[in-house]
Amino acid sequence: MLDSLLGAFTGSPELLALFVGFGLVVGILFGFFGMGGSFLVTPALLMMGYPARVAVGSGMAFVFGTAVIATLKHHDLGQVDYKLGAIMIAGTTLGIEAGRASVFYLEDLGLAGGVISVAYVLLLGGIGLMVTREALKGDGGGIDHSAAEKDLSEYEIPETAKRIQRTVRIPPMVTLRGDVQVSAWVITIVAFLTGLLSGFLGVGGGFIRMPAMIYAIGVPVPVAIGTDLFEIVFSGAIGSYLYGQGGGVDLGIVAPLLLGSALGARIGSAATAVVDADGIKIYFGGMLLVGATAVGIGEVGSYLGSELLEMVGLTLVIGAAVVVAAAIMYTTVMSMRAVRNGQPPTAD
Amino acid sequence: MAGLEIPTWDPATALLIGAILLEAVVLYVGYGGLERLVGPWVMRVLVGGDEYA
Repeated sequence: MLDSLLGAFTGSPELLALFVGFGLVVGILFGFFGMGGSFLVTPALLMMGYPARVAVGSGMAFVFGTAVIATLKHHDLGQVDYKLGAIMIAGTTLGIEAGRASVFYLEDLGLAGGVISVAYVLLLGGIGLMVTREALKGDGGGIDHSAAEKDLSEYEIPETAKRIQRTVRIPPMVTLRGDVQVSAWVITIVAFLTGLLSGFLGVGGGFIRMPAMIYAIGVPVPVAIGTDLFEIVFSGAIGSYLYGQGGGVDLGIVAPLLLGSALGARIGSAATAVVDADGIKIYFGGMLLVGATAVGIGEVGSYLGSELLEMVGLTLVIGAAVVVAAAIMYTTVMSMRAVRNGQPPTAD
Repeated sequence: MAGLEIPTWDPATALLIGAILLEAVVLYVGYGGLERLVGPWVMRVLVGGDEYA
């Protein structure tokens, strides 16, 4: 294990620079949109030729580290519901273990890489289509930054959540922050399903869990964000531990990714104060669609034994993320310069 | 099929996860300090002022 710890500092400089740079890009996306980016890490590692358990395990350990940093910030803002978090942790832990067991089983059958890639194509493609459609309609996607700044008493519970709260009254009932009363079973089921996804794909699952908390449980947006991150700290730690026991966590991958993403998240988060996210969300949706296509191309390349196709897939995944992160940076600097020069800032 | 398992205590894996946790905390504190230290200078270079820093 000491070899693994030391290995973090003995990789080739090019590889270290690639991981730090990719981490920076992922961090900017995470800080700006509050989601995404992290689920580009596992497919990128798969396309780089890492075994499925290392790609998923290291992706999960990276998510764990990122969540620790983000939770420290949200704790300071008082946006964490620890009771909800504790119930979510129990359900998610079971889900992660079921997902992890599935990966190891598929790996024994020699199907893990293929099945995980197909799942990513469907997931990235589905979410990409949803975000793009909502961005085109002007409804945005990802986290609504303005909603996150509202007072909890101003928050309106979505109709779906109200219906669930009225119909599912199986005890024990739990009262959450924002005076939300919901069955503990609803929380546990939501947690289990998102945990299953986390354990199977090595992602934090926030992009599924946060909408689920808001629309199925009825948690106010800022509390959903903070509690989700708090929950990811635990689920990420447990998932990383389980994968680490099977040799699935490579510190040589995780440490440089984290070094870059911690800085990127600060930049992305600061950019939200300057730029209207709606103008950029369409690029985010496009990035997910390109990511889905890239994973598909990479998988076909792997099946055909074509290194060229695998390289095209990897370049597309990283390239799409870099383009969107660069668009955020460019728009931020231009908006700030416009304000500095006394002109109204552009939204996109 | 690989069954569900209860995590067993493994000091080496715990050290690995602890190293990631430590790195995350160090980065949070370190980048926070760095932001206060060089943030205004970066804003001057990029924008010509530091009202957003």
